[in-house]
Amino acid sequence: MSAVVTKVQGFAQAAPAAPMSRTIPDAGLRKHYRLDQLFRHVTRFFAFLVLLLLVGILLSLVIGSLPSIRAFGFGFFLTSEWNPVTEQFGALVPIVGTLATSAIALLIGIPVSFGIALFLTELSPTWLRRPLGTAIELLAAIPSIIYGMWGLFVFAPVFATYVQPVLSSTLGAVPLVGVLFRGPPMGIGVLTAGIILAIMVIPFIASVMRDVFEIVPAVLKESAYALGSTTWEVVWNVVLPYTKVGVMGGVMLGLGRALGETMAVTFVIGNAHRLSASIMVPGNSIASALANEFTEAVGDLYLSALIELGLVLFFITFVVLALSKLLLLRLARREGRMT
Amino acid sequence: MYVSRFLQRFALLIALGAASHAALAVDITGAGATFPYPIYAKWAEAYKAKTGNNLNYQSIGSGGGIRQIQNKTVDFGASDMPLKPEELDKSGLMQFPTVVGGDVPVVNLPGIKPGEIKLTGPVLADIYLGKIKKWNDSALTSLNPGVKLPGQDITVVHRSDGSGTTFIWVNYLSKVSPEWKEKVGEGTSVNWPAGVGGKGNEGVASYVQRISGAIGYVEYAYALQNKLVHALVKNRDGNFVAPNIESFRAAAAGAQWDKAPGMYLILTDQSGKNSWPISGATFILVYRSQEKPDRAKEVLKFFDWAYADGDKLAMELDYVPLPDSVVKLIQGSWKNEIKDPSGKAVWQ
Repeated sequence: MSAVVTKVQGFAQAAPAAPMSRTIPDAGLRKHYRLDQLFRHVTRFFAFLVLLLLVGILLSLVIGSLPSIRAFGFGFFLTSEWNPVTEQFGALVPIVGTLATSAIALLIGIPVSFGIALFLTELSPTWLRRPLGTAIELLAAIPSIIYGMWGLFVFAPVFATYVQPVLSSTLGAVPLVGVLFRGPPMGIGVLTAGIILAIMVIPFIASVMRDVFEIVPAVLKESAYALGSTTWEVVWNVVLPYTKVGVMGGVMLGLGRALGETMAVTFVIGNAHRLSASIMVPGNSIASALANEFTEAVGDLYLSALIELGLVLFFITFVVLALSKLLLLRLARREGRMT
Repeated sequence: MYVSRFLQRFALLIALGAASHAALAVDITGAGATFPYPIYAKWAEAYKAKTGNNLNYQSIGSGGGIRQIQNKTVDFGASDMPLKPEELDKSGLMQFPTVVGGDVPVVNLPGIKPGEIKLTGPVLADIYLGKIKKWNDSALTSLNPGVKLPGQDITVVHRSDGSGTTFIWVNYLSKVSPEWKEKVGEGTSVNWPAGVGGKGNEGVASYVQRISGAIGYVEYAYALQNKLVHALVKNRDGNFVAPNIESFRAAAAGAQWDKAPGMYLILTDQSGKNSWPISGATFILVYRSQEKPDRAKEVLKFFDWAYADGDKLAMELDYVPLPDSVVKLIQGSWKNEIKDPSGKAVWQ
């Protein structure tokens, strides 16, 4: 025991001796200090550059949409008429379309991603984990236009012939929610866009969830199993509480992609500026309206209304992010009270 | 040392290259409509092979083309929708047509072959207004005796992006249907009362091919190249005509360009026994008073060459060249309207 202690002490004494044996000249120190300062300034500049860009984009969006804000005021958000001929613009249809498609995407995407991540981390045989995980990551690498084309040429026909008639004859007959599922089986519309978006966000949410599930200390899970918990109980009571910030982050990443997705949505949403209670009929989203109409927008008010749409999308994304942060803060506070 | 000398030489070489290039060739730039892009690109290629001069055309859309020429970032703008004479006067521009094209209604009905179904302008307007909902509506069956029309729903397909194709289509519907004119009107994009929107000709075509009972409109060359099922349309003189190069030519020939101030003329619903009723020309926009007369002259030279030698290329791509009488008229207006700062005509 004592031998070990002296050995350690010997190390402690020897360690500071080494640098003292050579001295650093003052000029060298100053040079290092200057480099350090330079490094600090450069990194700070990069960090502030992001902020500057953000403010710049926001400002140019606001300035660009001033004519439209002046002409339509708050009514822009509440009216559904979008008429380039008479220059009457209301953003209700694209706003509702953006929110509805993203909501459908998350409604389908979150449970599926949760299942994928759960299977990969807790249940899958080890030899299957890597190929499955890689397959999911590959799904994220597919360009969105491919999803759009696949959605229009492959998914929509199948959906129209086999799924939509069944949906409208079963769910469509249910009172209250039935109205959501009525409409001609065209295969194109808000629901189709939502499903395609779900497929697109699943790899994002699933791979984040898998990564955070993997960092749960094995000792926590093993203790729970030792106490007789089922797999579900371990996941629900140990894994999820431990990883909720990460899971939330993954969901937000998916939501961010769903809100701003352009090409894939444009292909399958139907691009009709009409408000409808059903999710089986064509609608429009902000990103797809912008992609469709920006090039040929003739007239200042039309262009300005489109820029204001961009501003609205910016605002929606900001609110969603802020809400999720708030939710996490509240979760953290409640946790503090519980323990 | 060696590197910097190498760089100097390299820079010198580039400068020399640029100078000699500038001395030989002129690069003219244009931007705008997507519809004529294939033929402008083809013409530019042939023109460069002949003269060494470059035409750089960016197909950013008619709206973008109008904005770019108004900001003077390009030598000419291009638009599928002609500007009204008062708009031209306001911005000091003049316009002239280059080639003719048009829209073709295409359908997807079981058992119906190209050219088998007949339509009229008012019926098309009612379909697009959402008033005629079924294919076996009496308005359709009375036009098509002997054709078995199913009791299917009609799915209307329109363009979701703003486009010159849409402009020609709704301009025609406005001319033949007072109700369309009042309720919807015309423009490169409108507030569609019914249907689904596809992006681009290919978007509309794929929707129509996918949805049984669909009707849509695509640009003529696109319909031809993709062998879509087109309909015959009744023209102003009461004949049902098929869309082909002769019927477009007839529409262009019958038009009275000389009586249209600012060449504001849309070739829809033209008279003439064989004229296709949904035709339209695509236009070039240039400034009347030119700060850089040399560049303007190069632009006019290019189009002069295109009118003279470009017809065959245009027809290969299924565009319809303008009749010679119209070309003469255009060149007359170049002489009269485009001036350099001293007031001298740019085009002699």
